[in-house]
Amino acid sequence: MKITLDVNGTRHALDVEPRRLLADVLRDDLKLTGTHLGCQHGICGACTVLMDGKAIRSCLVLAVQCDGSSVRTVEGLAGPDGEPHALQRAFSAERALQCGFCTPGFLMVAAGALEADPGLADDPEAVESVVGSNICRCTGYEPIRRAIVCAARAQRDTTA
Amino acid sequence: MKPAPFDYAVPRTIAEAVEALGDTGRKAQVLAGGQSLILEMHLQRVRPDLVVDINHIPELDGMRVEGDELRVGALVRHAAFEPATAVPGPLGTLLSKTVVNIAHPPIRSRGTMAGSFGWAHPASEWCAIGVALDATVEVTGPDGARALPAGDYFLGPHRTTRRPQELITAVRLPLLGENTGVSFIEHRRTHFTFAQVAVAAALTVHDGVIADARIGLVNSADRPIRARAAEDSLIGTETGPLPAGPRLPGEHPFARAGRIAATQDAAPLDQPYADAEYKRQAIAVLVGRTLLEAAADQRARLTAREGYHR
Repeated sequence: MKITLDVNGTRHALDVEPRRLLADVLRDDLKLTGTHLGCQHGICGACTVLMDGKAIRSCLVLAVQCDGSSVRTVEGLAGPDGEPHALQRAFSAERALQCGFCTPGFLMVAAGALEADPGLADDPEAVESVVGSNICRCTGYEPIRRAIVCAARAQRDTTA
Repeated sequence: MKPAPFDYAVPRTIAEAVEALGDTGRKAQVLAGGQSLILEMHLQRVRPDLVVDINHIPELDGMRVEGDELRVGALVRHAAFEPATAVPGPLGTLLSKTVVNIAHPPIRSRGTMAGSFGWAHPASEWCAIGVALDATVEVTGPDGARALPAGDYFLGPHRTTRRPQELITAVRLPLLGENTGVSFIEHRRTHFTFAQVAVAAALTVHDGVIADARIGLVNSADRPIRARAAEDSLIGTETGPLPAGPRLPGEHPFARAGRIAATQDAAPLDQPYADAEYKRQAIAVLVGRTLLEAAADQRARLTAREGYHR
């Protein structure tokens, strides 16, 4: 089936089998291997990307379902000049990753929450539900929580 | 594993969707949020010949109040119920208190309430609320539209009175009056697992006396159920001064209702980490606590209203 997919601002005309998952098309066809596939059950969240601005599990969405949608992956987080996103800087500063497998998913679920809610820094419950969305087996989550709060504060202070 | 090959249809109207589903020669599945379906297709426990993606049917989207009911279209995502103000009155409180127990935000941004009714999992939060509140499931098939009362819609795990050629177009929930207090409590091992047991409660109180009680039990039988015997034990009971909780005195009406729900209403099935005996114990405790919270919610609403009129 022929679809058009806007990924990180670039339009791609693709011919994909309906059975193929968004995650597989991103990784295998578009070579965007920053999106990781862990459990493929929708639980671990390593494959989280933004579809039309909302965080979704790319292992639980068919690529053909995204025809005409805009998808944002971890490769689209940094600025055009390669400048890291506020979240990426905060994850680095707070040591919110160790092996890094879960990091793209955490960055994208946090990016979706930050864009939807500019007041995220002042809503600990919302931050908790973002951190609780994905699985990390290295950090124990606390550095990830700190990094998200830190990036949310930075965003609040620059837009205020 | 990955999903096995299937044909994919993208209807633009309900009529087109029903036509696609009407082909009885092929095993068809409706795809709305797909957060259960696509997982089961990965595991190849579900292998449809045809997937009918209803996400491009505008008439299935949106929810609105119609008379004394809330009509939730088949494409309304779980996340829509997160703000307590999305739905008026105590029903909005109940739905927003419940929705945070359904998976996590990236799943809630895709999964739908109507999809939960279609999937009919015994551990579904929405389905237990539907049964407790006498919701209606609207379906359309080759022979036209039908309205199925949630009370006898569920037949067992993943089995309902919906016919395979019928599409769920909406779920209707009755709005709750201002004398009703609500609560929802879920018990599970981790944030990433289904409910071992969960309880939804709506208590309607007139002049300190319980006039109506609704108790929905999640994962307490082979289907979502309503704890009718426990409800009956509460009608006409004075709510009285509410204990501080969460531990209720054994002779308190809510504790008694919990024991009745656990022994007479529930028919729990053994599961890993939660055998039937454990579930009965959890049901007894949770029903009592949920009723206590619902009574406190009703009282808080009453106080807010009286304060407002003063």
